[in-house]
Amino acid sequence: MTLVDDLKQLKIKALTAIEAQNADLEQLRIEFLGRKGDLTSLLKGMKDLDPSDRKIVGQVGNEVRTAITDLLAQRKAEVEQEKMNVRLAAEKIDVTLPGSQPIQGQPHVLQQIIDEIEEHFLGMGFQVIDDPIDSPEVETDEYNFERENLPKDHPARDMQDTFYITPEILMRTQTSPVQSRSLEKHDFSKGPLKMIAPGKVYRRDTDDATHSHQFHQVEGMVVGENITMADLRGTLLAIMQELFGEKHQIRLRPSYFPFTEPSVEVDVSWNPVTPSTKPEDIKWIEVLGAGMTHPNVLKMDGVDPEKYSAFAFGLGPDRFAMLKYGVENIRQFYLNDVRFLEQFNRKGE
Amino acid sequence: MKTNLRWLNEYLDQKIDLAAQPVQNLAETLERTSVEVDSVGTLAGKQDGLVVAKVLSVEPHPDSDHMVITQVSIGQAEPIQIVTGAPNVAVNQLVILAQVGAHIIDRQSGELVEIKTVKLRGEESFGMLAALQEIGFDSKIAPNSLEEGIYVFDEQSGVKPGDNALEVLGMLDPVIDTDLTPNRSDMLSMIGAAYEFGAILKQKVTLPTFELKEESQSAANQLTVNVDEQLAPKYGLRIINNVQVQESPLWLQRRLWNAGIRPINNIVDITNYMMILYGQPLHAYDLDKLPAKQLDVRLAQNDEKLTLLDGQECQLRPQADIVIASAGQPLVLAGVMGGQLAEIDQNTHNLVLEGAIFDASHIRAAARRHTIHSEASGRFERGVDADNTFTVLDHAASMVADLAAAQVAQGRLIGSQVLQANPVVTITVARINQILGTDLSSAMVADIFDRLGLLYQLDGEEFTVNVPGRRPDLSIPADLIEEVARLYGYDNLPTATIEGPTTPGKLTIRQRGIRASRRLMESMGLNQAISYALTTPEKARLFANESEESLVALDYPMSSDRRVARQNLLAGLLDDISYNSARSVENVALYEQGRIFINHQVNQQPTEKEHLAGVLTGNLQHSSWQAAKNVKPVDFYDIKGIVTKYCQEIGLTDVTFQATDRHVAMHPGQTADIYVKDVYLGFVGQIHPQITQAKKLNPVFGFELDLEAVLTQREQEISYIPVSRYPQISRDLAILVDENISNQQIEHAIKVTAGPHLVHLNIFDLYQGDSLPTHKKSMAYQLTYQDRDATLVEEDINQDVERIIEQLKDQFQAEIR
Repeated sequence: MTLVDDLKQLKIKALTAIEAQNADLEQLRIEFLGRKGDLTSLLKGMKDLDPSDRKIVGQVGNEVRTAITDLLAQRKAEVEQEKMNVRLAAEKIDVTLPGSQPIQGQPHVLQQIIDEIEEHFLGMGFQVIDDPIDSPEVETDEYNFERENLPKDHPARDMQDTFYITPEILMRTQTSPVQSRSLEKHDFSKGPLKMIAPGKVYRRDTDDATHSHQFHQVEGMVVGENITMADLRGTLLAIMQELFGEKHQIRLRPSYFPFTEPSVEVDVSWNPVTPSTKPEDIKWIEVLGAGMTHPNVLKMDGVDPEKYSAFAFGLGPDRFAMLKYGVENIRQFYLNDVRFLEQFNRKGE
Repeated sequence: MKTNLRWLNEYLDQKIDLAAQPVQNLAETLERTSVEVDSVGTLAGKQDGLVVAKVLSVEPHPDSDHMVITQVSIGQAEPIQIVTGAPNVAVNQLVILAQVGAHIIDRQSGELVEIKTVKLRGEESFGMLAALQEIGFDSKIAPNSLEEGIYVFDEQSGVKPGDNALEVLGMLDPVIDTDLTPNRSDMLSMIGAAYEFGAILKQKVTLPTFELKEESQSAANQLTVNVDEQLAPKYGLRIINNVQVQESPLWLQRRLWNAGIRPINNIVDITNYMMILYGQPLHAYDLDKLPAKQLDVRLAQNDEKLTLLDGQECQLRPQADIVIASAGQPLVLAGVMGGQLAEIDQNTHNLVLEGAIFDASHIRAAARRHTIHSEASGRFERGVDADNTFTVLDHAASMVADLAAAQVAQGRLIGSQVLQANPVVTITVARINQILGTDLSSAMVADIFDRLGLLYQLDGEEFTVNVPGRRPDLSIPADLIEEVARLYGYDNLPTATIEGPTTPGKLTIRQRGIRASRRLMESMGLNQAISYALTTPEKARLFANESEESLVALDYPMSSDRRVARQNLLAGLLDDISYNSARSVENVALYEQGRIFINHQVNQQPTEKEHLAGVLTGNLQHSSWQAAKNVKPVDFYDIKGIVTKYCQEIGLTDVTFQATDRHVAMHPGQTADIYVKDVYLGFVGQIHPQITQAKKLNPVFGFELDLEAVLTQREQEISYIPVSRYPQISRDLAILVDENISNQQIEHAIKVTAGPHLVHLNIFDLYQGDSLPTHKKSMAYQLTYQDRDATLVEEDINQDVERIIEQLKDQFQAEIR
């Protein structure tokens, strides 16, 4: 039975060789298991054996092959693992170094506030009017003033110093002329007119921390049958709670605008108001002007003030941004200092 | 207007509580019901310890030639020694003493300081004798200048040593300073304020009374008057003889200075007092100074001048300014300011008092034209109660008789008296409720009208209101609705949501396109800028190819930097870069979306267009520390990449870039005009180095697009083509061409020549250098072929590429490498 012994010897030799450090596993596979390898050549002697011995030798031969194959596979896996470990160790980096960030720009803080106002009113079924035809920045005296119930010698014109281009053409001082331009085009058979008009306005003012010759307004107007001052109150409360937070309240004070009557100044509470807040603890800040559209304005725009009523309001995004973020100088909005602009990260909004 | 509540109490049945807290509460209510309040307080402020003292003796100071030692009495046994430098101090004067421990407002710092015992050149002083300016009076309201010395009470004033000086000077009277909106001219008077406070406090108003005694001498014999009714619909005069011009009594003076008006003399003070009391400006002339015994109210004529009361010479605007003239000499710029010629002075003996209503628009124009906004012009512009003009004139005359020991001549001289009916306004309770969203009853509305002192007839639900002349702001139903709303209380209005058909609120395609444009710019790393639209003519035209005539120029600019409306956005962005660079922010990526303005015809609105522009300068930093991704200065291809990507994402196809040197402010070799098919969109390139060097900037790259053109050229439909199942085959093609041949020319030639299966063409290498012949460049393209319906045959592609090579050789003398 020397062949069996030879096989066992071969097994020991092979397993030892495979176990050895730095063994060339592919070389060893060829040496022991290859077509011309040791095992093959030993098993060639089988054909001269008795059938009964041949069966035993065959079994032993298979055992040896399996043992060598298994160990080869095991060792191969070990070596792969080791290689991977070496590679991983070599590839270790300082993950605390900064990442390479794709650059991302930010919308201007005033744009963010205008967008927020637009979203709110779009949700309430308003249109946004902001194109050059219906909301021009260079207006006529007629639309900017006369149609807003401010005839040429009206004392309230002093409230708004104006950049005139010619006696009839001017830089608009307010977004209110968009009211007239929208009303003229509105088809009331399709329901009430509900619109907002964001845009730039201009005043002949000396620039300082709180005055700017250019700033923004968002005009709002609703015209329909049975539009009431209670609706105005509800609309303003909703937008203020959108901008300042749900717990904030508004109050209305009498004011004067030639194009609305009654006219009110609207204050919002700087602090949240709960049922337990004492009235004297509420700090009110003035945020916008509003009112029921003056019948003369409706008439001039071809709307019957007996049949329709309307309210209008004007918000100042610049003032909101100053209040909301504590921006101390209105000029910051128009200088475009990158260090200023980049602070108003939209935070996923 | 400074509304003195102690004075106001004379006209209210129940007096207002004048303690600090109730006054504060009243001011708060006023703000919620009527008008804004500027301030609430007293002239005294926090000052205290001021008493009336009698000067007992005045001795020279042994060690000073400008100070004296006085002993004064405050009604107690012991006199008090006071050292003073006042030049006017004299025995028996009644003066203001700030005692030791008193607090007064320091004139320079405005802070409250305590009076202490001091030694002045060795002499002790137990307090200080004060001028009004030293106890909180603005020199605009103090009757005397500070240099004249301490304040001395008039002997007739009735004050006694030991009286609280703050009180006798009226400095403890609570004053609410209201910031009146232009419609509330009624509140520019004490009577008007009384009606308003009365409405708030539910109190009746009692009007002041007076007795006028006329002498037998006739006014008509002394003067005639000739008035243009268009200019002055109401015009009346009173003649008062034998006046004694002197100081007004203390009670009158303190009412004036509490109202913010400086006492001058009894005549001027009475006219001012009447203006504050009734809101009716009056004017006084020295009858004996008139060039002729006739007054003419007319428009100014050519080359007329007038020296005003303040000494200014005023060139009158012919046929525009209203003047009151005598014998061809203008005396007064009517309703605005008086003149020196017939001014009242110490020697005035006979007086002409004028009460008139001047046309509001003329006055407004004159006040603006001459930039004189006086108490009088402010009132005439906004509207004066025409019902009362002659009553006020009479009241003033009776006061002059009293205070100037004078005689009022018989009869008013009436120059004009155009009777204008006051408006009658009808309104129903239903209409009020319809506008306010309330549920008020006619009794509640009636109560509010009663409180306002409005007379009305109530017929069922309909009110017919007779508006009094004192409320020129009430003329239509909406005016009455406002009165009801504010007195009912804005806080009592319900809060509702708009009823009726709901319309979907959505942005238009155009608006969505503009929003998308902004998002795209931001996603590519550009921060949104908002610059000033008004700029200089040079900057306005810098990147715009428009004529100078097309500029929209301000008629009367505020500063040389803001004179015209911009015609491009790039110049503004370039200013922004300069601003940042000056603050050591060198890496800037900004975009702006906004209007530009192009004028076509005088007196017409210009064309306004939305533009989109962007700038890059410095380094586009991807990593601050990794060498391989090194910090690299931006170049033309960075900005072009942004524009290309933007065009692609916004939905523009067939965008071409054409080299151009036509933009004077752009680098002639690094600028391209951008077209969609044959529609011009704008340009992209490097800002001309001359411009950036002058501003000491790194190279700046920018683009400016006509957003209107972009939005009309957008294709919003997506046409889907199924992804081919068949494999792609690529071929590389490297050619050597003359350096002047553009990539666009080559790509165009390849695309035109290639068969239908060329799906992608991409330049992947550009080389110019030593190994190549001079003025030659090597360009390498990858051509990708694919058939949607079948596997491509190598042979076909080879033939296609051959054809392309032939074409390139033919057209550009290209060598294949």
